[in-house]
Amino acid sequence: MINKVVRDMAEAMAGVQDGSTVLVGGFGSVGQPDALIDGLIEHGAKDLTVVANNAGAGRIGLARLLELRRVRKIICSYPRSAGSVVFEELFRNHEIELEVVPQGTLAERLRAAGAGIPAFFTPTGYGTLLAKGKQTAEFNGKPCVLELALKADVALVQAELADRWGNLTFRLSGRNFNPVMATAADLTIVQANRIVDLGGIPPETVVTPGIFVNRVIQVPVDGAAVQEKAA
Amino acid sequence: MNDLSFQTMSRKQMAERLARDIPEGWYVNLGIGLPTLVADFVPQEREVIFHSENGLLGMGPAPTPEQADPWLINAGKQQVTLRPGGSFFHHADSFSIIRGGHLDLCVLGAFEVAQNGDIANWATSAADNAPAVGGAMDLSAGAKRLWVLMEHTTKDGQPKLVESCSYPLTALGAVSRIYTNLAVIEVTDRGFIVLEMVPGLTLETLQAQTGAKLHLPG
Repeated sequence: MINKVVRDMAEAMAGVQDGSTVLVGGFGSVGQPDALIDGLIEHGAKDLTVVANNAGAGRIGLARLLELRRVRKIICSYPRSAGSVVFEELFRNHEIELEVVPQGTLAERLRAAGAGIPAFFTPTGYGTLLAKGKQTAEFNGKPCVLELALKADVALVQAELADRWGNLTFRLSGRNFNPVMATAADLTIVQANRIVDLGGIPPETVVTPGIFVNRVIQVPVDGAAVQEKAA
Repeated sequence: MNDLSFQTMSRKQMAERLARDIPEGWYVNLGIGLPTLVADFVPQEREVIFHSENGLLGMGPAPTPEQADPWLINAGKQQVTLRPGGSFFHHADSFSIIRGGHLDLCVLGAFEVAQNGDIANWATSAADNAPAVGGAMDLSAGAKRLWVLMEHTTKDGQPKLVESCSYPLTALGAVSRIYTNLAVIEVTDRGFIVLEMVPGLTLETLQAQTGAKLHLPG
């Protein structure tokens, strides 16, 4: 019997190595797998490269992982946002490396990694600071920049429903980067609000098929907690 | 040099003016800040479908307290609603919509727009401390049309419509129209063409507040 549901957080994080590249789902706090980030902190892996849209807020979750100096480099599109105090301090003190990537290029680099495409050309960013040093070429009269797939060791994903095969759905705009990141890592770990029986998710509504998922742990969503962080 | 013969538009009036030019049926992305106001001036019965980078189409207005759901936010991380017919999708699909040329219009704010359509709106210097680009480069390069909604000058009166941008670029030759608190200006191969000015404003006065040559249509 295939059962991707793990018993506890230690089992969810087992084998995550120092030096890993870790994808963290979510857009701001919505759809961010906070329990898995706490699990990763507990697990202790360090020297990480983290890929996320934002660089954390306040002093919890992703910000706490940064504050504990576990992250060597962060790759994101919008590091500086309301409450990104920890990141800004580390960046000022040259204690973290930053790679800024246009949001769509970030999503596409992840999608490409999941789809086995090593690199692609895009007009986004051509002629800007973010294209500096990158190969360019013209297609149909449009100058483009070569961008590389962004393959990771681990993806941390937040989902609404999961079953023991790892099929997933997502809640409202909590979907965001989660399904894309689930495809782009060797080890995809999911925290799901609810775990249902096989068939409990109507097949037409599965967003992420279980083939992309390795481990699932149930973490009920505390709506109030998410709301507090979104404010 | 307070010229009292004309009145500049308020932020709401600027948003209202731009909203008038969005026809029914268009798929539109509104940037963070002033552009977000535009949605308030598109009447519900004129069906314009708003897109948000974090994965929604059919975005509606801010929720009432009863409708509010912290899981439903826009790209500015404000709580929003979804209209009947709306949909959710993941980030790669959302940026396929943007980068694949499916949006009829994107409206962004800017620090500067050059007479060749270059836009600078993401970083204030090359040495910017932790610049944040978000989706600005994708939207500028990908939408069918890019309109800029911004004040005509900076707070201290420096022109924002210029011959060439001094801030780091977001995209080259991307802007097709600019709506300011003073005028509506088309960006063409000839440069800036003034389509409309607030009542009482002369071309000379507008030119004095603009960093590149203004032309009249025709």
